[in-house]
Amino acid sequence: MNDKNLLSMQIDLSKFNDLSKIDKSYFDKLTNEEKQNVEEIPKQISFYKDAFIKIKNNPLAILSIILLSLVIILILVGIFINPYKYNEIITINGIRDVTAQDLKPFEYSLNELEEIKNGAKIFPHIFGTDSICRDYFARVAIGSAISLFIGIFASILVLIIGLIYGSISGYLGGKVDLIMMRICDIIYSLPDMLIIILLSVILNPLLSNNLTGIFADLGVNIISLLIVFALLYWVSIARLVRGQILSIRKNEYIEACKLIGTPVPRIIKTHIIPNCMSIIFIATTLQIPSAIFTESFLSFVGLGVQIPLSSLGSLANDARTSMSLYPYKMIIPALLIAMLVLSFNLLGDAFRDAFDPKLKK
Amino acid sequence: MLDYTLKRIGLCIVTLFVIITITFFAMNAIPGGPFDSEKAPSEQVKQVLLERYHLDKPLGEQYILYLKNLLHGDFGVSLKTGRNISDTISQTFGISLSIGFRAIFLSLIFGVFFGSIAAFNKDLFLDRFIMLFTTLFVSIPSFIAASLLLYIFCLKLKLIPVWSVENKNYILPVISLMIYPLANINRLTRTSMIDALSQDYIRTAKAKGVSTKNIIFKHALRNALIPVLTYIGPMSAFVITGSFVIETIFTIGGLGMEFVTSITTRDYSMIMGTSIFLASLVVIISLISDLCYKIVDPRIKFD
Repeated sequence: MNDKNLLSMQIDLSKFNDLSKIDKSYFDKLTNEEKQNVEEIPKQISFYKDAFIKIKNNPLAILSIILLSLVIILILVGIFINPYKYNEIITINGIRDVTAQDLKPFEYSLNELEEIKNGAKIFPHIFGTDSICRDYFARVAIGSAISLFIGIFASILVLIIGLIYGSISGYLGGKVDLIMMRICDIIYSLPDMLIIILLSVILNPLLSNNLTGIFADLGVNIISLLIVFALLYWVSIARLVRGQILSIRKNEYIEACKLIGTPVPRIIKTHIIPNCMSIIFIATTLQIPSAIFTESFLSFVGLGVQIPLSSLGSLANDARTSMSLYPYKMIIPALLIAMLVLSFNLLGDAFRDAFDPKLKK
Repeated sequence: MLDYTLKRIGLCIVTLFVIITITFFAMNAIPGGPFDSEKAPSEQVKQVLLERYHLDKPLGEQYILYLKNLLHGDFGVSLKTGRNISDTISQTFGISLSIGFRAIFLSLIFGVFFGSIAAFNKDLFLDRFIMLFTTLFVSIPSFIAASLLLYIFCLKLKLIPVWSVENKNYILPVISLMIYPLANINRLTRTSMIDALSQDYIRTAKAKGVSTKNIIFKHALRNALIPVLTYIGPMSAFVITGSFVIETIFTIGGLGMEFVTSITTRDYSMIMGTSIFLASLVVIISLISDLCYKIVDPRIKFD
């Protein structure tokens, strides 16, 4: 059957099955047991189960989950199986191995080759080493983990703030809503990248001595990235949640609930929140790639993670200067960023199709 | 229309004011003055310098002075190089503008073209092919794309000479700046074109016997382009931030590169001036694109 031209007025025949062509042998008569089953009411599928089935049947969603698992496997192998640490300079018998500089993937340094001749077993440098003799695979693994962490953490931060702000604004309505949404308008129209750069520049000297624990390792720039994300990016989630709550509140079933005297907390719990979940889920998934992008951009401008820690953006940026000699050092982190961003984008689209068929175009 | 325009301009002015205020007070919150470097001048020299730049006055007075100067287009002086910031902007912005304008113009043309082709071939091979590249293009950060393009075409294949003052070759910078907005416009056009083609008025036009060419150009495309118009604001913001990266990689001495340099050298007054200038640009472009949108589609309301 030919596909119909999009502009033609013909009825789209591909939508109909040609009944005469169907092989009758595919059909069996129902047994008595099956007849009984047909008369029973089919089991109700819950909202989440339905969404799960839709995601399972979506090839792009499966592809994105595979890509994501590949990155996670790489992170786990690089951190737990690979014996080298991301900040460790390669040593032979406790002495710094000077010959291990800028090795190619799976190449051994001269000192290591000698050790191997003497019978020692040395774990290969899967992606080679960098210019100050650190294992590049370990750095790529920790970099991917950091990028992923920043992406997810920033999105959750944005989600919490946006959810609270949006639901207050949507629930209270009236003048409060008007003022809260005007504030949103102003924040929305700020050029976000410029503000992020500005705040990073400012927060750097302010925060640099007041950080402890994991925050000190990540460095001021990433903390300011998270702060800026928390300050600016919640606006879109807040708008979405508010819009959703406003439209749900007008629905007949909410009116009906109010009529039969359902308590307000129960209305919120059983009717409003489940209806917002899909939008929240989709928006959060689509926020992750934008956080990863922002982080890599900041690394480029020199406002990225603190050394010796690495992120995919900082690795790609460091590789730029020696790109004509070692192009793979650029390509590996570039590929990983593309994989992460691509898989979260596809996953977000799949969530949208599964949770909210109304949005599908 | 007048009501909408006034409200929209009001929002624009408030936004600009917020940006200037945030920038000014934030920059002043940084500990340490501009003359507290290792080569600190003597107390007397410092006093003269502070007086010359009005830094000895209280913060509120400095702020009002700064606002006044901004209204005259005076961004102050770079405290690292001593050059006038307005001069630096006017000297370097031209080259950034010519690259950015080309990128916006070309990505609009190609984005609408490929987006429409994808829409006409919905779910066919050509559509899948275009959408595959679109999805790939939005997944690569622009600095990586630019570096790879530079590596492949300038260093390996030697097809395109590296950028220099005598030999201004716009191809690679413009392409690397285009990739992301092109993919977005492509996707936007495809969605709205499919939407427009399924409308009743298209069917009516078809039934009246209007030619395919006229249906596409007179009916479908005009309506499909409305969402693309609203994207011009965010796109210009993207192109401006993208220019920081692209200009640094291709060593084009535009405003973007100046800005990155001022960040790495912590030239606070330069950062402040440039970001206020660029932020105003973004806000004004999005104002214009919103007003155009209102003219094209009078149904929208300010909300």
